[in-house]
Amino acid sequence: MTTVAAKPATMAQALQRAMRDAMAEDPTVHVLGEDVGTLGGVFRITDGLAKEFGEDRCTDTPLAEAGILGTAVGMAMYGLRPVVEMQFDAFAYPAFEQLISHVSRMRNRTAGSMGMPLVVRVPYGGGIGGVEHHSDSSEAYYMATPGLHVVTPATVEDAYGLLRAAIASDDPVVFLEPKRLYWSKAEWSPDAPTEVAPIGKAVVRRPGRSATLITYGPSVPVCLEAAEAATAEGWDLEVVDLRSLVPFDDETVCASVRRTGRAVVVHESTGFGGPGGEIAARVTERCFHHLEAPVLRVAGFDIPYPPPMLEKHHLPGVDRVLDAVARLQWEAES
Amino acid sequence: MTVQELPGAGAAAYRPTPPPAWRPRTDPAPLLPDPEPYRVLGTEAPLDRALMLRLYAELVRGRRYNAQATALTKQGRLAVYPSSTGQEACEVAAALVLQEQDWLFPSYRDTLAAVARGLDPVQALTLLRGDWHTGYDPHEHRIAPLCTPLATQLPHAVGLAHAARLKGDDVVALAMVGDGGTSEGDFHEALNFAAVWQAPVVFLVQNNGFAISVPLAKQTAAPSLAHKAVGYGMPGRLVDGNDAAAVHEVLADAVARARRGGGPTLIEAVTYRIEAHTNADDATRYRVDAEVEAWRDHDPIQLLEAELTSRGFLDDSAKEAAAEAAETMAAALRERMNADAELDPMDLFAHVYAEKTAQLREQEAQLRAELAAHQDEDEGER
Ligand SMILES: Cc1ncc(C[n+]2csc(CCOP(=O)(O)OP(=O)(O)O)c2C)c(N)n1
Repeated sequence: MTTVAAKPATMAQALQRAMRDAMAEDPTVHVLGEDVGTLGGVFRITDGLAKEFGEDRCTDTPLAEAGILGTAVGMAMYGLRPVVEMQFDAFAYPAFEQLISHVSRMRNRTAGSMGMPLVVRVPYGGGIGGVEHHSDSSEAYYMATPGLHVVTPATVEDAYGLLRAAIASDDPVVFLEPKRLYWSKAEWSPDAPTEVAPIGKAVVRRPGRSATLITYGPSVPVCLEAAEAATAEGWDLEVVDLRSLVPFDDETVCASVRRTGRAVVVHESTGFGGPGGEIAARVTERCFHHLEAPVLRVAGFDIPYPPPMLEKHHLPGVDRVLDAVARLQWEAES
Repeated sequence: MTVQELPGAGAAAYRPTPPPAWRPRTDPAPLLPDPEPYRVLGTEAPLDRALMLRLYAELVRGRRYNAQATALTKQGRLAVYPSSTGQEACEVAAALVLQEQDWLFPSYRDTLAAVARGLDPVQALTLLRGDWHTGYDPHEHRIAPLCTPLATQLPHAVGLAHAARLKGDDVVALAMVGDGGTSEGDFHEALNFAAVWQAPVVFLVQNNGFAISVPLAKQTAAPSLAHKAVGYGMPGRLVDGNDAAAVHEVLADAVARARRGGGPTLIEAVTYRIEAHTNADDATRYRVDAEVEAWRDHDPIQLLEAELTSRGFLDDSAKEAAAEAAETMAAALRERMNADAELDPMDLFAHVYAEKTAQLREQEAQLRAELAAHQDEDEGER
C-alpha cells in the first residue's frame, strides 16, 4: 500500500505522480519518449520529471517509435525499468515489431532468464475531437499477443495504482490511458492511502441485480451513467470495470454474471474481432446455464475511426447501452 | 586527426543556432570510409603473432563447425542452418575483439561468433534444432539471443550500451547485421539513436553479397553500406571481410573508440556467402559458379594461412594441431547432437509470464490431462 501525500486532481496528475514516486523510489526507472522531457509530453503526463530527475532519467528521444521501444528493450536487458511513452495510439504502430517480436517474448524465448520489465504507455481512444490517427482503440492487437499484460484505468485512483503496479511488474505492460479521462477529477480525500491495484483484478464499480455491464477504460463512466439512467426503467445494473484485459479476471466477471443472469460488453473498439467477442465467448462458456439471454456487445462500429465531427455517432453512448439492455429483457421473454 | 577530435563532430558539440542561417558545420569527409576495403594481409604491416595464431585456430574450428552443422541438417538433427562458411573471419574477429563485460548482439547467421565467444556449441544450436528458442542464458556470456527478425537487435544493442554508460559501466555492445538488414527501418533508427546518444556501440555489417537471392545492387544505391554512416554523424569503415587481421584491427579500433566515449562506428565487411542462404535455398537460381569460385580463391583461412606461413608464424605442426582441435570439437558436437533432446511439454507454459495467469494454469491442466490420457492408452495397448 502506497500513501499519496497530496490529492491528485486529475487522472493526468495521478499518472504523473505515479511515475514520480516510482522514479524516486527506484533509480532504475527511466522514462523515455517523444517530447517527454522539456515539454512534459503533449498531454503533460511527464511534466517536471526531467527537471526533477535529469535528462538521463526522463529522456527526449529521436522521433522514432521502433527505436524508442527497441532501445528500451536493450535498457531492460541491462537491468533498467524503462517507461516508454507513445505519443498517440496510432503512432505506436511503428513499434509493433519490437513489441510483438521482442518485448512480449523475450522471457519465453530465453526460458525465463531474461524478463522485460518495461511499460509502454499509450494514450488511446476517442472523444477528444482528435483528427485521424489520434483516437484509435488498439487494445485487441495487444490482447492477442501472449507475453504482454494489458491494463487500462478508468479512475484517478486506478491510474495511480495501476501505473505503479505496471512499473513494478517484472513483465511488460501495455498501459492504455483513456485520453478523454485525462482531465477527469478524483473524488477522494486528499490524505487517503492509495492502494496499488493488482494487475489482473476487475472491480465491481456499481452493484446491481438486473444485468451486468462489462466494460473498461473510457466506457466505464458511460456505463455508470447508463446504470443511473436505467433505474428509471426499473433496471438495477451492475457495472464491472475490468481494469486489466490481460490477464483477464474471469472470476469477478463470471461471479457477477451468475448473479444477474444477463450481460452486455461495452467498449469503443470495433466489435468484429474486438475484445467484446472474446469476453462474450468466455462468459458464455462459463456461465451458459445462468444466462437468461445471449451476451450482447455494444462497441464502436467496424469502421476506421471516424473524423471528429462524426465521432459522436460512432462512440457507444448511454442510449446505445440502454438499447442493448432493453434487448436483453426482450430476449429473455421470448 | 581522429573523428572525435574534429571541431563540431559528435553530439556534444551539436548546438544549432537559430534560423535562418543554420547549417550543420561538421565536415563529413573524415566520417567517410576508404574507397577500397581496408586490408592488412599481403602488406608489410606488423602482425601480433599470438593474436594471429588465435584467429587462425578459431577460423579453422569455425569452418569445421559450419561443415558439421550443415551435415546435421542433412541428418535431420537441425531444422535449418544458415552457414557462415566464407565469413568466418568476421564471425571470429567479432567474438575475439570484445572484453568479457562487453555484449554481442548476433543475428541468426552468427552462431559462430557466439561459439567463438565461448558459448557451448550445442546451446548455440537449440534455436535451429527446435527444442527451445534460445538455449542459453544471455547474461552468462553476454550474448543476446540469436535474432531472427532482421535488424531488430540493433536498437537493443544501442539501448543496452546506453544503459551501461548511464550506470557508469565500461561496456561496449557489438551488433551484427547482414547487407539486406541494412534496408530495414530498425537499422536506421538504431544508428540514429546511437549517434545522437553517442552510445558505445559498434555496428558490423557483413556484406556477403546477397539477402537470400537479392544482390546488393537491388538492396541499395549507396556507394557502399559504410557510406551510410556519414548521414548519422558517425564514422564508416570499409574492410575486407575475408582478411581476419584487417577485420580484427578495424573492429578493435571501433571498440576502443566506443570504450573511450567516442561514440558509435559503422563497419562494412565485404565478404561472400559460399554456401546457399540455408540448406532450404537453391543458390544456383541467382548466382553463377564462376562467382563462387572467384571468392573461394579469396578464402579467409587460406589468406591467413599463407601469410602466417610466409612470415614463419605457422608451421605444419601448428596447422595440424588446429585441424585436430577442430576435429575433436566436431566429433563432440556430432555425438551430443545425436542424442535426442529431452523436452518437458509443461515448459510451454513455464515462461510466458513471471507468474502464470489463471488462463495458462487452466491450459496447463488441460495438457497434463491429455498427456495422462495418452499414457494410459499407450499402456493399455501394451
Ligand atoms: C524482418 C524480416 N523480414 C524477412 C525475413 C526473412 N529473411 C531471413 S534472412 C533474409 C535475408 C537476409 O539477408 P542479409 O541481411 O543480407 O543477411 P544474410 O542472410 O546474408 O546473412 C530474409 C529476407 C526476416 N528474417 N526478417
